Amino acid sequence: MTTLTETPAPQTPPVDHEALARRAAARNKRRVKSVIFHLVAVGATIVVLYPAAWMVFASMKPNSDIIGNTQLLPDVWTMEHYTTALAGIGGVSFWTFFNNSLLLAVLSVVGTVLSSTIAAYAFARISFPGRGPMFAVMIGTLLLPFHVTIIPQYILFNNLGLVNTYLPLLLPKFLAAEAFFVFLMIQFIRGIPRSLDEAARIDGCGHGRIFFRIILPLMRPAIVTSSIFTFIWSWNDFLGPLLYLKDPSLYTMPIALRQYVDQTTVSDYGAQMAMAVLALLPVMIFFVVFQRFLINGVATQGIKG
Amino acid sequence: MASIDPGAPVAAPGQPVPAQHLQRTDAETPLPPQKGKRKYKPEDIRSGYLFLSPWIIGFLGLTAFPMLASLYLAFTDYDLFTAPEWVGFENFVDLFNDPRFIQSAQVTAGYVLLGTPIKLAAALAVAMLLNMKHRGQGAYRSIFYAPSLIGASVSIAIVWKVMFIDDGIVDRIQQAVGIDVGGWVGNPAFSLPMLILLGVWGFGAPMVIFLAGLKQIPTELYEAAECDGAGPIRKFRNITLPMLSPVLFFNLLLETIAAFQVFSSAYIISGGTGGPAGSTMFYTLYLYLRGFQDFQMGYASAMAWILVSVIAVITVILFRSSKGWVHYTGDER
Repeated sequence: MTTLTETPAPQTPPVDHEALARRAAARNKRRVKSVIFHLVAVGATIVVLYPAAWMVFASMKPNSDIIGNTQLLPDVWTMEHYTTALAGIGGVSFWTFFNNSLLLAVLSVVGTVLSSTIAAYAFARISFPGRGPMFAVMIGTLLLPFHVTIIPQYILFNNLGLVNTYLPLLLPKFLAAEAFFVFLMIQFIRGIPRSLDEAARIDGCGHGRIFFRIILPLMRPAIVTSSIFTFIWSWNDFLGPLLYLKDPSLYTMPIALRQYVDQTTVSDYGAQMAMAVLALLPVMIFFVVFQRFLINGVATQGIKG
Repeated sequence: MASIDPGAPVAAPGQPVPAQHLQRTDAETPLPPQKGKRKYKPEDIRSGYLFLSPWIIGFLGLTAFPMLASLYLAFTDYDLFTAPEWVGFENFVDLFNDPRFIQSAQVTAGYVLLGTPIKLAAALAVAMLLNMKHRGQGAYRSIFYAPSLIGASVSIAIVWKVMFIDDGIVDRIQQAVGIDVGGWVGNPAFSLPMLILLGVWGFGAPMVIFLAGLKQIPTELYEAAECDGAGPIRKFRNITLPMLSPVLFFNLLLETIAAFQVFSSAYIISGGTGGPAGSTMFYTLYLYLRGFQDFQMGYASAMAWILVSVIAVITVILFRSSKGWVHYTGDER
């Protein structure tokens, strides 16, 4: 009831005393609810973040403390695992793997953005025969499991002599194979007022100019979202590089990581954890910087994580 | 601007204006004000196919043709080095007599049937918690979303393995409580639950979608229900679930299809063997082993087509059933 005094109500007649009390009670109830909310949410946060936190701290523990130990924080802090991890695997430097992953991810982004934006423009703004059926087919590929194409694709690339190059991993990106991004961009273009195109058409612009001068610059948010997802998916991709990259000097981070785990017969868990952390670092940086774009992309377009 | 005749050829850079364009002008001049029903402008047709050509090439070369090839290969023996040999339905007959195939189908079915509902339930529960609109909601949303970005990565699979290994942190906690199972990684009864747990950990993506859906539900509905004396359970059953059903359907469809395709975590945790005792032999993993380790491309293609058929049937069933339980607000009379 002390809360009553802190709300000055000079004009209100004393009859309203009861209403004020009721309001104070409601406020208290809300405060209690808020406390419960935060308790539950913080509890869930701890559960969700625990594996990630454990990974980071385990990478700084001596090997003997990673297994057979329930402690989260290290007793003894060590950075030796990172030295081991950075030394690389089988004579190939860590930075080779890192640069390979980076190159693939950047080229994937370029390819996806180029091919998806123009495909999306055609679907959203140009009317030509067969557009409807092709759009339906494209949406259908969203639900198609990769299993049916992976074997013949491999045979195809094998016959073309492209196994052990980056082309099998990059070509699909330059051919708008990821329908999610085409769809996301179509939705975005549909939101751009058609009067802009029409004005440009009256001024004598063809589709090429309308696309490059008007639509493309306006698509910035959709391009950013697609780029971030493409980067992260390419960076984390395991099956593609596992199939197509045989030469260790071409390995990406995930493949190198697997190789490392397979090769270390003596369980050097610390170095495995250090490499795991290093492999995730770029993804986590992207997440921290671009989380708004990522979450909006998921919330509005339903992109899977 | 008015001086430009709508039918007159417009020289855009990169688009040569051929004589064909001029012919069109007479044919088109009477039409332009009202859009012709089935008439396409030649410029549109040309630009349309030009703009779409990468996608068309990609679709034909990387999806359509490979699908047909895979269908053909499913009826052959092919080892990548000698020419495919037609064997009819032999691969399919062999598959259903292959205990490892049966096991891989069971493991995957278990994962889909258990993992997907648990993941969606967790996603919905947390989304409803965050929808209570307290301070910090955005920050929590970001934190809960993060695992779904990295859940399928090799790094996290390795972390999971070390956490659940014999005498690892989870085992140590179990020892302390007195329910020691000797680590989940090496125990066939626990290896699949461990992978389900890893899948559920990535509940953030469907959660974000649920949360977006929950925000669309008008608060007046809840207020009206409260006036009528509805409790939280009635409100959930009679307002939240029906209003959220399109989003629920979307999540269910995508998560189910994604669950069939789990590969890297099972591969990493079992060291590419599907062990212990085949308990993590996921369908995709077995397909990979058969196709790319034994080079039985025909056998693996037959597996692929069985999976596609199963997913197609499930998709159709989901769509059919959705008419009964998915409500679109626009539909209401």
